[in-house]
Amino acid sequence: MKQLFFVLLLFVMATTLHAQENTSIPNVTIKTLEGQSFNTSEITNDGKPVILSFWALWCKPCQKELDAFNEHYEEWQEETGVKIYAVSIDDSRSTARVMPLVNGKGWEFDVLLDPNSDLKRAMNVNMIPHTFLLDGNGKIVAQHTSYFEGAEFELYKEVKKLVGVN
Amino acid sequence: MRKLFLFLLLICSSSLFAQDFINSAQINGSFQVDGQFYRPDDALGITDSLIAGRKIGLNGYGNITYTLGKFSAGMRYEAFLTPIAGFDPQQEGNGFPYLWAAYNTEKIGVTVGNFYEQFGNGLLLRTYEEWTLGYDNSLNGMRVVLRPTKGVTIKGVYGSQRYYWQKFERNSRGIVRGVDAEFDLNETVKGWESSRVRLILGASGVSKYQRDADPIYNLPENVSGFAGRANLMAGKFNFMTEYAYKINDPSAANNFIYKEGQSLLTSLSYSQKGFGAVLQLKRVDNMSFKSDRGISGNALDINFIPPINRTHSYSLTARYPYASQPNGEMGLQFQLNYKIPKGTALGGKYGTGIALNFSQVNDIVRKAVNDTTAIGQEGTLGYTSDFFAASDHVFFRDFNVQIDKKINSKWKAVVQYMNLYYDIATLEGHPGEEAVKAHIALTDITWKITSLKSLRMELQGLWTEQDEGNWAAVMAEYTIAPKWFFALADQYNYGHPDKDMQNHYYTFSTGYIHDATRIALTYGRQSEGVVCVGGVCRQVPASSGLTVTITTSF
Repeated sequence: MKQLFFVLLLFVMATTLHAQENTSIPNVTIKTLEGQSFNTSEITNDGKPVILSFWALWCKPCQKELDAFNEHYEEWQEETGVKIYAVSIDDSRSTARVMPLVNGKGWEFDVLLDPNSDLKRAMNVNMIPHTFLLDGNGKIVAQHTSYFEGAEFELYKEVKKLVGVN
Repeated sequence: MRKLFLFLLLICSSSLFAQDFINSAQINGSFQVDGQFYRPDDALGITDSLIAGRKIGLNGYGNITYTLGKFSAGMRYEAFLTPIAGFDPQQEGNGFPYLWAAYNTEKIGVTVGNFYEQFGNGLLLRTYEEWTLGYDNSLNGMRVVLRPTKGVTIKGVYGSQRYYWQKFERNSRGIVRGVDAEFDLNETVKGWESSRVRLILGASGVSKYQRDADPIYNLPENVSGFAGRANLMAGKFNFMTEYAYKINDPSAANNFIYKEGQSLLTSLSYSQKGFGAVLQLKRVDNMSFKSDRGISGNALDINFIPPINRTHSYSLTARYPYASQPNGEMGLQFQLNYKIPKGTALGGKYGTGIALNFSQVNDIVRKAVNDTTAIGQEGTLGYTSDFFAASDHVFFRDFNVQIDKKINSKWKAVVQYMNLYYDIATLEGHPGEEAVKAHIALTDITWKITSLKSLRMELQGLWTEQDEGNWAAVMAEYTIAPKWFFALADQYNYGHPDKDMQNHYYTFSTGYIHDATRIALTYGRQSEGVVCVGGVCRQVPASSGLTVTITTSF
């Protein structure tokens, strides 16, 4: 019986939808690196693309991905104006270590804290690293899970496509 | 059942009467299934009778979130049929443990159904879900969040907590109620907006109600706790502290003592570009807080006691992880991150990253309340404890150094050394076993063959006289970004005191990733160990066979 409702529900949902692939970020209140409240509606970039990446201190590939982003960030910003937000899902066991690590690594992009995984859940992130690409209107146009050496170039190709730079 | 029906009605009505908003209707979701196919393996002692017909373990879930303007609703279906090895047998079952609907505006947010919430650092209240551990203590009830002016957040929650698949019934497990308020003074006090000193204050109160049906003791039916916290930023310094207090709460977890509980968590950090340092202190005394006083396992926790040591990512460094001791612990942690700048002798062309970390956790000091009462004796005040004293009994110590170096455009390397002390008798509940003292060293080398293809190699060693003795681990992983990976790994327990148990735990893994979909296969042996995520740990038995993971988000 429950299963039947589930199917029915999915059907109803599906019929009310038009453009599933062009969803925007849900409105969730998380924290800045300094501990202040931050609403995700503030994730904008004046009509230019945004990269939103979920990571944590215990996730090695996540930090490799962010290191790779950081290495090219200056150049990417000059070419396309892309902005990067890195959302840490570290909980209270390690939130205090996030800022020293971010500064210690010299990361140039904005880092946000999601200590009880509210944004992670709202965006249906199962595993990290999980990276979203948003177009100038804040719509999600691509997402990718896992990071392997060199994947940043594939992502950047998409960014360039969005702004029409070759 | 009724909940589902209501939910359906809500969706239907919103889609019928709010045509204008339909274009803004959004749906997203995710699915995951973890499957394990077991085979007998004589060397690991896994026989047909041990598997007992449960040849396949499958854990799966599907999550759907629906958003229409300020309204949103969601559900999660779960099926553990049967749960994979190492999960609590009570997990076996299927259903919708997570159903909710919410309405959120700038000033007010209301959630009905299941929700996850955290007050401050969670010392009094934290509900969360950790799939890899099978942990879920969500509240089923209502939550109201008010934001009357900028910088002020007030939350109120009540409900009962999830306990595997058992329904909440009257006079069974407890009811949880809580309020929390947070003030960002720079946003609320006039003239402080542009101050370089930033201060955030918060306070919370949580109460649980559970009927006293005990034939011997007169137990408190309402147990309340209070917490206060502050976060002060001044230039490059950041100071955070939270203190929590709980009235007496006799329970199975504390051997039914009538002692109040308290905990303190403090950190001070300094950071600037290229350099970061943090010192954290923690004290916990009788702070297990569960919505059922009768249980002592990993379930129905109202609060969260964060372990503050580093969470390690390499297999052998993560072999002996620390888990918080809610009955009493006192610890500190220090971490330093430094990037030797580019263009210096040690920094080279790309700079060199150094991370240094030290943590130690001891037991607290307990003194008898009087001459005739043993420490921790059931039905008494338990013990007294000096707030500033730590006992000589060390639970855990970890000193580790890590160096990250990009050698040139083709080669990168990580080297790490770790020195560990692990009180296995307390932390894994093996009374009488000698504490593990271990040295662990590893190197992780990445060779970038082309811009998208690379080969990564790990070499690790763990040397100890205790427990299962020495280990060596090797791993080679070939990746083709952004879609493919292939990995071969072997962990060899060459120093096991029992010659017959000097096993190789080999695995072969491969995976394919397309956008947010990942399919991974692992064939081989899994050694016995502890998996910890976010402070909770799960014992994983040795197993042999095939593991499949399929995950997708949309």
